[in-house]
Amino acid sequence: MRVAMAVLLAIASVVLLSGSSEEKRVSIYSTIANYSLPVLERNRLDYVGLLEVLEPLGTVSGRVNADHWRLRYNDADAEFTAGKRVARTRGTDFYLSANFILEGGRGLVPLADLSSLLSRVLGGPVTFNPSARRLFVGSVAIHFTAQISNVAPPKLIMNFSGPVNPSIATEPGKLRMTFSHDPVVAPGSPKLTFNSTAITSASFLESNGEAEVVISSTVPVLASFSNNGRTITVGPPPTAAATPATAAPALQPPALAPVPVAAGPASVGNAPVAAAAPYFAVVDASHGGEERGAALTEQLAEKDVTLAFARLLRQELDNRGLRTLLLRDADTTLTLDQRAAMTNSASPAIYLSVHAASQGTGVRLYTGLTASGGENIGAFVDWDTAQAPFQALSDAAATSVAAALHGKQVAVRTLTAPLRPLNNIATAAVAIEIAPPASDVAKLNSAAYQQPIAAAVAAGVADARDRLQAARK
Amino acid sequence: MIPRQLILGAVVMIILALGMSFYAWHMRGGASQPETASTQPVAPPVSGPTEAVTLYVAYDDGGFLRAQSARIPLPAGRQERAEELLRALLNIYLDKSSPHVLAAGSEVRDVYLVDPGLAVIDLNAAFADGHRSGVLIEELTVVSLVETLSANIPGIARARILVDGKERDTLAGHLDLTNFYDVAAFSQLALQLQSER
Repeated sequence: MRVAMAVLLAIASVVLLSGSSEEKRVSIYSTIANYSLPVLERNRLDYVGLLEVLEPLGTVSGRVNADHWRLRYNDADAEFTAGKRVARTRGTDFYLSANFILEGGRGLVPLADLSSLLSRVLGGPVTFNPSARRLFVGSVAIHFTAQISNVAPPKLIMNFSGPVNPSIATEPGKLRMTFSHDPVVAPGSPKLTFNSTAITSASFLESNGEAEVVISSTVPVLASFSNNGRTITVGPPPTAAATPATAAPALQPPALAPVPVAAGPASVGNAPVAAAAPYFAVVDASHGGEERGAALTEQLAEKDVTLAFARLLRQELDNRGLRTLLLRDADTTLTLDQRAAMTNSASPAIYLSVHAASQGTGVRLYTGLTASGGENIGAFVDWDTAQAPFQALSDAAATSVAAALHGKQVAVRTLTAPLRPLNNIATAAVAIEIAPPASDVAKLNSAAYQQPIAAAVAAGVADARDRLQAARK
Repeated sequence: MIPRQLILGAVVMIILALGMSFYAWHMRGGASQPETASTQPVAPPVSGPTEAVTLYVAYDDGGFLRAQSARIPLPAGRQERAEELLRALLNIYLDKSSPHVLAAGSEVRDVYLVDPGLAVIDLNAAFADGHRSGVLIEELTVVSLVETLSANIPGIARARILVDGKERDTLAGHLDLTNFYDVAAFSQLALQLQSER
């Protein structure tokens, strides 16, 4: 009777609690691919499909013969028997920690044995972190260092041994970087403390196939990428210390935006003289991360073309002495509100948004099509019509850029467009849409095609420098 | 001897489990029921005398708009006229030889004319989901719709586009659909788009 009661209680608990737990996953990192797979619970143990584990790594096949399952991976064979612990790999016996399971032609092995099993099948070193369910095939781990830059405003500079692409989330006092597909491993100590009152510590955590770095701060911070995704700089928004309080209207996106707007000069130190000069231009490579933009060809996504062009444009602007902030310097996702908030925080003289399209040829320049009538309350400017007072300045900048492109024999057309975030930007704002040369879409991503266009756009911006600078004062 | 509290606890848990199972079964049954056919009356095709209208037709080649005269039968009601106008425009775009092809299945579900001067154009999901992505290509479509409407239906000052009756961020990744369009500003834009570069 007691046993029956216990069983009933267990069933009831399972029914009540099912569906609320997070799906278990294991991440596998290798030189060929980084991927994650679901972990299956069988007989109260964690299992994983062996074929699914090996498929991204090489040529693999599985064949069922009654209770036997034969696996072939490149030149290695392995044989398993349903309900048995003994297996055979590369001609020698191998003992699993629990029975092999054959389920609908799919071979499941205990997760605990994955490391030693893969090591034998692949013929190389495999490292497994069972508590975090992260498995490293070969020497693929990415290490990082983190140090505080003492130049005001304080910044945390994180250098990684390989390119990384974490998702970033902020909450009061914390910035979280989640590495879902990057083999980032812990530094010497899982918690690093810094001699800074603004950025106090960074903690490394791993669980369920992911790594996370949590940065604690006492001021609003944001992360920016550079060095081809190998460096992440965490610090207050760029002009928090450099911009006078009256220089820019207070702007906030209508909803809560994950990227904070600068809190104001008082919160980040008292040395504005020592701060870097404010950015003259902000260049925004549209789309990114999960948001691919237009599919220009089967292989070429708009997000990749915009990033390549934005990097060239930053270089050309920097060459002309126009300090430039690139909003996205890696394949990361930014919402339109985040882009506008980051730009307005930086208070640049001009915002340049980069797009690419397969239709037509040459370059199209767009300024915002902003409805009037937004209600400004004191220093707070209506989000949807923030561009309205800067429309004439934007038109002048677009005219200057168009003239420079004409001068380089680049076909150019200037239009207005209801295109966000142009209408949320409180400075001169121009969107650039690059079309391919003579309908040859594949050439759209070539540096040879992009370079002269980037140079001409930068020259046009430089020609309008005085007017743009005057409007900022 | 089993303690009375354990028995009571077990009974409560079983009742809860059975209740939740019944609820889940009920919900699943409801979800899997086939959708019933729409009982809304379908308007008969418009016929009768035709009227002269101006359609603003987009041309991908060169990326411009062209005002095009046409004669189409129009019903008497203002709202119905607006819908027929846009359907006539879409008929051009759904032709395979169209200068600005839209995805098969693209439809204007409804046009609502709300005083004072607001037109709400409700497109179906196929229209937006199958639309090609790009600033100019999306702009040509939106300006073509709004300008055709405002040129033929007097009194429209603002326009808004919905997809399947709901707000959508962009048409196909670029053109903003979250705001009301100022028709006067759109007319200026239509003029820009009518001049070939």
